[in-house]
Amino acid sequence: MSDTNTVLANDGTSLKRSLAKSLRRQKIRALMLIAPLLFFVLLTFIAPIGDMLFRSVENNIVSDTLPRTVKVLSTWDSRTGTAPDEEVFEALAVDLKIAVKSKLHTKLGSRLNYEKTGISSLIRQTGRKVKKLDLEETPSFKAAFEKMNKKWMDPAIWQTIQQFSSKYTDGYFLAAADLTRTADGIQNVDEDKKIYFKLFLRTLYMSLGITFMCILLGYPIAFLLATLPMRTSNVLMILVLLPFWTSLLVRTSAWKVLLQNQGVVNDFLVWIGIIADGSRLELINNVTGTVIAMTHILLPFMILPLYSVMKTIPPTYMRAAKSMGANDFMAFRRVYFPQSIPGIGAGSILVFILAIGYYITPEIVGGTKGVFISNRIAYHISSSLNWGLGAALGAILLVVVLALYWLYDKFVGIDNVKLG
Amino acid sequence: MKTKTIMLGGAAFAMSATAALAEDMTIVSWGGAYTASQQAAYHDPYSAMTGVNIINDASSGEAVAKLRAMSEAGNITWDVVDVVAADALRLCDEGLALEIDPDTQLADAPDGTKAKDDFGDLMVNECFIPQIVYSTTFGYRKDLVGSTAPTSVCSVFDTAAYPGKRSLEKRPINNMEWALMCDGVAKADVYDVLATDEGQARAFAKLDTIKGDVIWWSAGADTPQLLADGEVIMGSTYNGRLFALIEEQGQNVGMLWDGQVFDLDGWIIPAGLSDERKARALDYVYFATDTQRLADQAKYISYGPARKSSAPLVSKHATLGIDMAPHMPTDPDNAKNTLLYNYSFWADYRDDIDAKFQAWLAK
Repeated sequence: MSDTNTVLANDGTSLKRSLAKSLRRQKIRALMLIAPLLFFVLLTFIAPIGDMLFRSVENNIVSDTLPRTVKVLSTWDSRTGTAPDEEVFEALAVDLKIAVKSKLHTKLGSRLNYEKTGISSLIRQTGRKVKKLDLEETPSFKAAFEKMNKKWMDPAIWQTIQQFSSKYTDGYFLAAADLTRTADGIQNVDEDKKIYFKLFLRTLYMSLGITFMCILLGYPIAFLLATLPMRTSNVLMILVLLPFWTSLLVRTSAWKVLLQNQGVVNDFLVWIGIIADGSRLELINNVTGTVIAMTHILLPFMILPLYSVMKTIPPTYMRAAKSMGANDFMAFRRVYFPQSIPGIGAGSILVFILAIGYYITPEIVGGTKGVFISNRIAYHISSSLNWGLGAALGAILLVVVLALYWLYDKFVGIDNVKLG
Repeated sequence: MKTKTIMLGGAAFAMSATAALAEDMTIVSWGGAYTASQQAAYHDPYSAMTGVNIINDASSGEAVAKLRAMSEAGNITWDVVDVVAADALRLCDEGLALEIDPDTQLADAPDGTKAKDDFGDLMVNECFIPQIVYSTTFGYRKDLVGSTAPTSVCSVFDTAAYPGKRSLEKRPINNMEWALMCDGVAKADVYDVLATDEGQARAFAKLDTIKGDVIWWSAGADTPQLLADGEVIMGSTYNGRLFALIEEQGQNVGMLWDGQVFDLDGWIIPAGLSDERKARALDYVYFATDTQRLADQAKYISYGPARKSSAPLVSKHATLGIDMAPHMPTDPDNAKNTLLYNYSFWADYRDDIDAKFQAWLAK
């Protein structure tokens, strides 16, 4: 580009450059405006989630607590079928003595107990005895440890320590996928311990079912809300919003009272003679209970986006269709329904994503067959304290949701989603 | 320590006149009737004596997870925490609870017996200060179990004699032991059998025979509610809950003490408190676990005091006026066939057996 073609601004600089400059200034100003929110989201949302997800691979504790042992153990061949040599035991004695002082050994025991049952008490017991061990005066550490607990001679214990001695582990993710690493490589866990794959699958298809139920029940209500005269629709709107404002626990417990064996629904059915007293329906503590209670709880999330989309569909379109010879059904199917699809899309995404992470309602009304993967995540976070496994399960759930979102975008298109 | 308590109390009392200076102390417990009993037996007298303002927090159910999170965040907001012994063991293992020296930091019995001997075996680890002995046992609906009331815990597995639903806790602990005991394993061998894969399979096979008749509970209030509604004919829960259901609410429910599993509940002090808060927490615990205080708690709830020296002091219920001794799980008439929660076994096997239990439930 030659200089002659450059358009100059008033102050003699190139117009292009000054334009870019002012645009940049605008961008910075915009960024400054959102900076507090961005900072807030980063600090309170992205960072904790990142930290939690990182726990699914983090495994510093073994190499931090037993640095010397891990180093000398790396040359031990687990396939020999015998416990390692004297120098490993000597390193273990030194490491444990230090660990006991800062009370780190029991933490290590809890961590390794997730992988091999019994290590927790083995390390706790040994920790108590190793205090009395004199490092200078011990002729054979191997014999000393054998005396403390025979389990130290079991190569399986050492194999576990060796296997989980690196700073990062795929152990949690393997466990979350019902897999385990053995001497012969990665294998399925025993049939009697398989659970997570089943739960993921159940979470997905039950969430889909609940979403579908919400569409089925929510669509006519949203249609009524959008088409009835203002006075009536306002009353109806209150009825939709009222449960929305009621505590989740209250609503879930109310379902318990309604659905249980001696509950209101069963009593009524027996009273009007539809079912016999001896064959009351099992409506709760199973899949049915979870689907009913969760459909009710998530229904507003379907109705509200549907309503706001339907509100924008001009009634004249339907009249026009009918004036051109369509019957009611045809006019609805060909004219009204296609225009309400963005509302279905938005409602479905909301309901599905909320459902997939639901935890308290399935816990209360789900019994054993109606619980979700989130119940197991909650168990590992608050009860078993296996945060690594909880994080791995959470990470998988996150990836599954993102993958489904991508699929949705590919086939339906996220542009087709409208909240109003 | 005693004089210190009084001095501290005097000083705090003087200060509490200028209310803004009153000290706060957060005590974590189980909420409901249990916290109410602690409020009456421990908190109120302690506040009156020292002027410390006690804030109750009903988070004991997730105390271990929350304390771990607090400790990682470096901001511990709790001063004294009420936990079951198994959780105290885990907190101690994780280095999250303070180690206690019972001889200097806990009160002696009135007759001079050292605290360590007074609590005896109940001091299951270095951090745990026992408070009560409670048990998990069965209650049954007298009108729904037919003409012969159940007398053995094995009635739970006998669906022929006692048809109907029963409620069990949604965890392997206790259920596995009962299953093996009722499958013919001697009580002394239960944990040896349960340590093997075959033993676990055997327990699951026994539980399989009633699986279709079980409603699984996860909150202590569930079974009393299910019994009151007639949803189940019998169910396990904590003995204090059944006491409240039978004696306070007058429900038509009977107590099945056979096969009850003893467990302990008590205090821990979180590790990493400032010296000042630590001293106050220790002072509170010293007061709240002395012989008289432990006996006092039994006036409000039917759990047995953990000190041997407290047992003779257990008196009548504060409002009902009934004798509390026969309602204690430790009463000789009730404790004919009992099992003690095996802490070290479950510390090791909990994760493994729980994985199997959950898989079994989902089957």
